Amino acid sequence: MLDAEAIARIVRRIASEIIERTSGSEQLAFIGIRHGGVPIAALLAKSVGQAHHVTAPVGAIDMTLYRDDAGSALSIPKGDEITFDIGGRDIVLVDDVLQTGRTVRAAIESLLAYGRPRRIWLAVLCDRGERELPISADFVGREIAVPKGFVLDVIAEGGPGDRVLLRKKAAS
Amino acid sequence: MTAPFRHDHLIGISQLDKEDVLQILEASKAFLDVSRRPIRKVPALRGKTIVNLFFEASTRTRTSFELAGKRLSADVVNISSSGSSVSKGESLLDTCKTVAAMRPDVVVIRHSASGAAELVARVVGCSVINGGDGSHEHPTQALLDAFAIRNALGTLSGLKVAIVGDIMHSRVARSNAALLNLFGSEVRFCAPRTLMPARAETLGAKIYHRLDEALDGVDVIMLLRIQRERLEGPLLPSLREYSRHFGVSQRHLAIASPRAIVMHPGPMNRGVEIHPALADGERSVILDQVEAGVAVRMAVLYMLAKEPNAGTAAQAASIPPPA
Repeated sequence: MLDAEAIARIVRRIASEIIERTSGSEQLAFIGIRHGGVPIAALLAKSVGQAHHVTAPVGAIDMTLYRDDAGSALSIPKGDEITFDIGGRDIVLVDDVLQTGRTVRAAIESLLAYGRPRRIWLAVLCDRGERELPISADFVGREIAVPKGFVLDVIAEGGPGDRVLLRKKAAS
Repeated sequence: MTAPFRHDHLIGISQLDKEDVLQILEASKAFLDVSRRPIRKVPALRGKTIVNLFFEASTRTRTSFELAGKRLSADVVNISSSGSSVSKGESLLDTCKTVAAMRPDVVVIRHSASGAAELVARVVGCSVINGGDGSHEHPTQALLDAFAIRNALGTLSGLKVAIVGDIMHSRVARSNAALLNLFGSEVRFCAPRTLMPARAETLGAKIYHRLDEALDGVDVIMLLRIQRERLEGPLLPSLREYSRHFGVSQRHLAIASPRAIVMHPGPMNRGVEIHPALADGERSVILDQVEAGVAVRMAVLYMLAKEPNAGTAAQAASIPPPA
């Protein structure tokens, strides 16, 4: 669906939208949701830095312990990486794919344990729709409807192998 | 996605393999981060009940488990019982029935009888964590020690670890030896003959009765508490004599490896098994052990408090969370 070049273009476009919408905030910071959102957060921060000459800090958040199905689908947390004070900042929360919105809800709650940002924005590379919670993204790379029986593969790390691919689910 | 933890209970290190231990230690890192944040609480075990069932006096372990449970948002209940008045087997089983009726998700048990945790696991109908049973095992202590060692030395393999003190009565020594053996580290037990169990080498350790020999080139000096109640028996002539031959002080660091760390599960008898300057010195990781204890117990509670079967899990997943 998207190749490396298309993804790079989308990242640049979202970066300029972020600068515009946040009125060039000096307090901008990017936090990627583990695991898919982390490299994209880094790409966005870099792109914003190039266009805007501001170094926005980048962090990672693991929402495992805030899942609303915790205890049922047990997964081992990998931990957060937030080395700056988020209080009073404009935080752009970043994920690769937005679907039900449950991950984003958990990530927001998880983030608030670190302080009180001035505002949290949401940027996603792909929006599949299919929401189960009243959550919407402020910045969307591409809306992609995923038909039943298909899965969406996203690799976006700033390399030539980057792609967004729709492929048939393997029979299990 | 990591595979879920494959055990229902944590009775001893002897039930674990290397992968299990690494899984717990990796998860513990994330929980250590939680304990260092401004808000030291996550909702992971909201709605779960943890019962701390302590038949033996313990402040440190019980508090550590209690804090771990609370930082995971579980409801934690402490039940303490001396267990001295009634015939012990009956009393333990009766207490188990009472506890089971409270429908806990996890029971943490400490008991003076070796094997008590396994017995409780068979009857109580939920996950059981052994918080120390007699002179058998104290798995979370060994896990938190492993976490502290790995944190300080970067590995659990190829180390030389001396455990000094009352080996005979020590579940900490047994659990630590079992864990370190999994990773191919050399364990040395050092104690007076009266405090060394018969056939101690079957526990996976080399036996020493002289401190200077035991500490030669070791990476970890792990001290055990000399329990004053042992003095009432014939095992130890006096604290002073023990201290003279087995008390560890700064000068022993010269015998050990230059990177050696000093550990103690607590509570310490300063001036008996450990010299105060050593306990407070820069090689000491004793307070790191305490911090690691909460993180490791959070990891173990989190990994054991899962839903009992896939059917329940699928059902739970479809229910939206409370507002």
